Amino acid sequence: MTLVLVEIEAGQVNLVSEEAVTFARSLGPELGEPLHALVLGPVDDAVQADCARLGVDVVYRATNPELERYAAAAWASALDQATTVSGATVIVASGSPRGTEVLAHLAARRDVPMAANVVSVTSAKPLHVSRQVVGGAALEEMDLSGPLGLFSVAGHAVEAVAADSPGDAVVTDIEADLTPDDLRAQLTRISVRESVDTGTLTKARVVVAGGRGAGSSEGFGDVEALAARLGGAVGASRVVTSLGWRPHHEQVGQTGSRITPDLYIACGISGAIQHWAGCASSKTILAINTDADAPMMTKADYAVVGDMHEVLPAILEELDKA
Amino acid sequence: MTNVLVCIKRVPDSSEAVTLTPDGRAVDGRYSGYTMSPHEECAIEIAASVAGATGGTVTVLTLGTDEAEEQLRYALSVGAKDAILIEGDPDDFGPRDVADAIAEAIRTREADGTPVDLVLVGNDAADTGDFQVGIRLAHLLGRPVCAGIKQVEVDGDVAVMTGDGPEGTEVYEVALPAVATILEGGVEPRYPSITGRMKARKAPVARVTPSGSPRGTGRVVLTVPAPPPSEVTVLGTGAAAAPAVVAMLKELGVTR
Ligand SMILES: Cc1cc2nc3c(=O)[nH]c(=O)nc-3n(C[C@H](O)[C@H](O)[C@H](O)COP(=O)(O)OP(=O)(O)OC[C@H]3O[C@@H](n4cnc5c(N)ncnc54)[C@H](O)[C@@H]3O)c2cc1C
Ligand SMILES: Nc1ncnc2c1ncn2[C@@H]1O[C@H](COP(=O)(O)O)[C@@H](O)[C@H]1O
Repeated sequence: MTLVLVEIEAGQVNLVSEEAVTFARSLGPELGEPLHALVLGPVDDAVQADCARLGVDVVYRATNPELERYAAAAWASALDQATTVSGATVIVASGSPRGTEVLAHLAARRDVPMAANVVSVTSAKPLHVSRQVVGGAALEEMDLSGPLGLFSVAGHAVEAVAADSPGDAVVTDIEADLTPDDLRAQLTRISVRESVDTGTLTKARVVVAGGRGAGSSEGFGDVEALAARLGGAVGASRVVTSLGWRPHHEQVGQTGSRITPDLYIACGISGAIQHWAGCASSKTILAINTDADAPMMTKADYAVVGDMHEVLPAILEELDKA
Repeated sequence: MTNVLVCIKRVPDSSEAVTLTPDGRAVDGRYSGYTMSPHEECAIEIAASVAGATGGTVTVLTLGTDEAEEQLRYALSVGAKDAILIEGDPDDFGPRDVADAIAEAIRTREADGTPVDLVLVGNDAADTGDFQVGIRLAHLLGRPVCAGIKQVEVDGDVAVMTGDGPEGTEVYEVALPAVATILEGGVEPRYPSITGRMKARKAPVARVTPSGSPRGTGRVVLTVPAPPPSEVTVLGTGAAAAPAVVAMLKELGVTR
């Protein structure tokens, strides 16, 4: 049986958690059922309904008021108790920063292995998982057998879908006995709420990105113009952020953002593995590059061979004509 | 005076293609060369500024083979004062083993009279991406830990750590000694200067061996998924491609 850590955003189960629950459910009777969930955040009727729709049988609600202000170690203590109460042998979190962090604390508390960014379970008994390594360029089959199998699910490894038959989503309170140690690294304050940087890139339907081929920070003028024209966001490669042409929060890739837009336009970007790691989940990719053999050009859906400083103005002009 | 320890990992620099060793047990970096994660480069930079501001020191540590001295020397050239090499093959050491070995090295150092006030690690290693060594290490040492941190400032006995959260920029104030896992993006790593390189060549690298034997990584095998066959549609060359591009944009429904 499985326990999933579920995160809340704007009063609802967020997308990555829906994916994690869908993944856990797909483990079936051998591993996944019954399905229990600890909610990382307040549980109201909407959250309970979300959990039921996703096929969750038991919803653990952590009642300790100290948990309102985020502290990963404290949430891991609640997850530890939910693990004991539920009797779960598999613990699943989403591969989000919070999900991964709390799960790693649980792994440390219990001194058991943990696998990050799992895309599939290759064997139920013994538990073997396949997970993304090297920024998603390779897959590792990992042995997770033992009393407790802990793993996080890679973003978009599965598509979130409701259960065929809803779960009971019976709410059960978890006291979460916290020690002072659990609260030593508690969030002190949020200094900038919803800063412009967070979310814009990862939530955009269209991302227009530039790489070294842009030539300079001024070279991003057309990239910005096309992004604005399409109501999208600007992205960049690491070379660009390292050179200070664009801010780091625009970086796409292994150590930047992982994006999933409908359309990604990569201008003057070679398509190194670490960059591809961040844009591979785009629905459609258009590459514009002087080098027809650049990896970005051969992996994309559409390509234009040419100087971005000629191609982008021509596209903008054509859009104005239309 | 904040003494900072930065943990770095030598990893294959596989920008173009990932090649595996014949047994499929490891990434082969012989032809691509080696590097460290940008997260760790930023951790070194943060360490250098914290130590600079408080009159403390920066020590860099890696668990690796002799070759990992290359990454230690690089760290020494950009701000670290001394280095520790824990001898071991990272392919044999899982995240639990790495955390055990680092914790042991820290305890030994402190028993010898040098306190370690702040430990910085990367948020995730560039190759194995386990996302856990820093948190395990904090538990072993009984210290608080913040993950996904982009900036650190030390004020007396308190580290002020900043990172991005779901609702905006988050600030954690944590009593030292503490651990942080660092994400790229909050600081600009410096490049090595010529004098930095000269100093790095002569700086001492202490060698230690872990007392326990590793429990392992759980790795069964690695695979590199075959790239899907290229199905790229070339829309044209230069400015002349613009009409075809706009037609494609319209078809996708992204024009407004
Ligand atoms: C551990 C690790 C993590 C990393 N994380 C990231 C990451 O998160 N994101 C990331 O992007 N990189 C990351 N990198 C770096 C990555 O390996 C590449 O170095 C980087 O992505 C290259 O950026 P680029 O494509 O802009 O530059 P280049 O590789 O130099 O490519 C420039 C491209 O522009 C083309 N070009 C030149 N002039 C023009 C022109 N006028 N018009 C059109 N095309 C032109 C060239 O043909 C070339 O293809 C990471 C590296 C490591 C080791
Ligand atoms: N062999 C190692 N030697 C030193 N530090 C390491 C080693 N492996 C991992 N680390 C540190 O722990 C961080 C997280 O690694 P991981 O949990 O394996 O993703 C890395 O970014 C490094 O800072």
